[in-house]
Amino acid sequence: MKQLANKSELVTKLRRDILERQGYHSSTRHRKVEMGLGQIEKSFPNGVFPVGCVHELISHSSEQVAAASGFMAAVLGKITRPGGMSVWISTARTVFAPGLKCFGVDPDRVIFIDVRNHKDLLWITEQCLKCQALSAVVTELKDIGLTESRRLQLAVEQSRVTGLMHRINPSVVSSTAAAARWRITPVASTLCDGMPGVGFFRWHVELLKVRNGEPGSWDIQWMPGHFTQNTAAQPGKETLLKAG
Amino acid sequence: MQSRYAAIWFKNLLCDQRAVRMPELKETAFVLAAPRKGRMLITASSIHAEKKGILPGMVLADARAVYPELTVLEDKPGLAEKLLNGIGQWALRFTPIVAVDEHDGLLLDITGCAHLWGSEKLYLQDINQRLKEKGYHVRCAIADTPAAAWANSRYGRQKAIIEPAGQAQAISVMPPAALRVEPPIVEKLEKLGFYQLASLIDMPRSVLRRRFGAQLLLRLDQVLGLAPEPITAIEPDEPYKEILPCMEAIRSGAGIEIAVQKLLEAICQRLSKESKGLRKALLTAHRMDGSSQQIQIGTHAANCSTQHLLKLFVLQVPKLRPDLGFELFELEALMLEDTEQHTQMLFAQSASGDSAQIAELLDTITAKTGQGSVSRYLPDEHYWPERSVKVAGSLQQMPVFKWPTERPRPISLLTTPEKIHVTAPVPDYPPMLFRYLGMIHNVIRADGPERIEQEWWIQAGLHRDYYIIEDHQGARYWIFRLGHYGKDFPEWFLHGFFS
Repeated sequence: MKQLANKSELVTKLRRDILERQGYHSSTRHRKVEMGLGQIEKSFPNGVFPVGCVHELISHSSEQVAAASGFMAAVLGKITRPGGMSVWISTARTVFAPGLKCFGVDPDRVIFIDVRNHKDLLWITEQCLKCQALSAVVTELKDIGLTESRRLQLAVEQSRVTGLMHRINPSVVSSTAAAARWRITPVASTLCDGMPGVGFFRWHVELLKVRNGEPGSWDIQWMPGHFTQNTAAQPGKETLLKAG
Repeated sequence: MQSRYAAIWFKNLLCDQRAVRMPELKETAFVLAAPRKGRMLITASSIHAEKKGILPGMVLADARAVYPELTVLEDKPGLAEKLLNGIGQWALRFTPIVAVDEHDGLLLDITGCAHLWGSEKLYLQDINQRLKEKGYHVRCAIADTPAAAWANSRYGRQKAIIEPAGQAQAISVMPPAALRVEPPIVEKLEKLGFYQLASLIDMPRSVLRRRFGAQLLLRLDQVLGLAPEPITAIEPDEPYKEILPCMEAIRSGAGIEIAVQKLLEAICQRLSKESKGLRKALLTAHRMDGSSQQIQIGTHAANCSTQHLLKLFVLQVPKLRPDLGFELFELEALMLEDTEQHTQMLFAQSASGDSAQIAELLDTITAKTGQGSVSRYLPDEHYWPERSVKVAGSLQQMPVFKWPTERPRPISLLTTPEKIHVTAPVPDYPPMLFRYLGMIHNVIRADGPERIEQEWWIQAGLHRDYYIIEDHQGARYWIFRLGHYGKDFPEWFLHGFFS
């Protein structure tokens, strides 16, 4: 029996080693990250949100882009260590710096890089992902092939920087080397009965693909400073409410 | 070879400099004054003030009594030396040996230089004219000894150039002050009736020494050329420039990279010795056919690492067109800054090491994509959304005040607001539905209005009333109404998306 127990222990240890070699880390180079995503984190191997790898987000409309940007900003806020810097690379930038503040990101700690063409964008993304001094790198692009995404994944495995690859209106959802593929859609905010105005940001999070994990979908809410999955508050009567 | 010296006397150095800076002062009588022992003393006066009898050393109140319209400017101590040093650097074009002479002149060792201008007369004319064009009033003189040239420039009445071995005759008509001795000795000499040096030169030396001390004799010998007078030449500023001539024309990219590396190694070695770093550098490659091509790099923080700078140049090397090949490379540092290199070395793992790494990364990106592609934002004191951020000047610049959080701002903002069609019930209520890109959005929840006024001192126009809107699908928007409901219906715009 004892031998068997040792065997299962050995197997779990080996599994963990394999994951580690595949680029799954629960901590960045500097510290352990508490993402606070609750149920969602259970979908990942080891049950933690993997940092130090590339995540892929897919959006098909401006509303989804805004929701995904908000989600990425929230993740950025969690990953960035005090005084750390991150980079936001795009060809047609819409993200508004002051809007990052409510997701716990100091907008002056984000460097925005505007690029004209797709080729330069990929090159810059790779350079940034190789730079250990950065906390995270966000890239907004349209399409990316398997080979190119693998290059990014390789860069990340060395430096353990977290990459967030935001694909806006992709023509083909091809397979990439990213650790996970997300889709974030905004959903109606919930407020207590009769309360006027708009509530906290609320999203429908779909984890479309996870390497070595289980995909799924959840509703989450961003309250200042943390995620919640509290769905107790039911949407109130859907009437036009006077602005508060 | 007979040595020759030129002396340049700047009669009104400080005032001339002010007049060059502020041309409106050129025709006015003005003085520079500084507080001394509880009163304002004139330290320098302009040509026009001198004509009114206002001289340096007078009390300002007295000068005002003489000429009430006098303009008075503040004197900056130490400026004269700095200025003379600068002019001295400029004067290096006339001779390699230039010395600053106290606080109002220059001494030039022009031995073997004047013939390049044709003659000493033309040489002096050139100096005179160039300084006059710059706006300085000068008197120049040439003689065999520095002391004679000095005396001639201040006290000479006949000709500016004293021919070789003619100094004894020339100074004989000058007053004792031309010897540059202490004022008490000058006073004593004048008291005894020595108005001209002629009567002094032939006096027995033992008598002069007994009565006036050794200094007078030394000065006399120096004027006549019997005793040497050393001058302290100023050091020329060495430009941060390196040149690499090539034995054979270079045509390949690899060859150019090696050339750049050699140049960078030389320049970086000097920079790291002086603990300076490069901010901007220019590489000029001269081609066989006589034309030249340039590439420029810039960095986000002062840097003197050959490896990094080479990387920046290498990204631009493909821009060069060698054709027949380059035969000469020139690297010039256009902008330098002091670095705190030792700190960086010690704390390579800390935050400052991080920022150096990031600066290097951004340099590489800028070299690839060009200036203006990298930006960082700081909050600005404006409510108008488009003006609420400003671009940070450097990587280290910190926000002066905190980012505002009291009013929600969207995560994505359209560069230009897009017009939407709305159905709104009554003034100041949010719309019930709006149409954007052909889609009807039913408004379920709304927040607002938040009125943002135009800043009239920057731009005129209507105010905006912003609403945060949530539609039936759960998407959140930032829309605004431009102006009031009045005779015509105001326009509505979509400006951003909340997440």
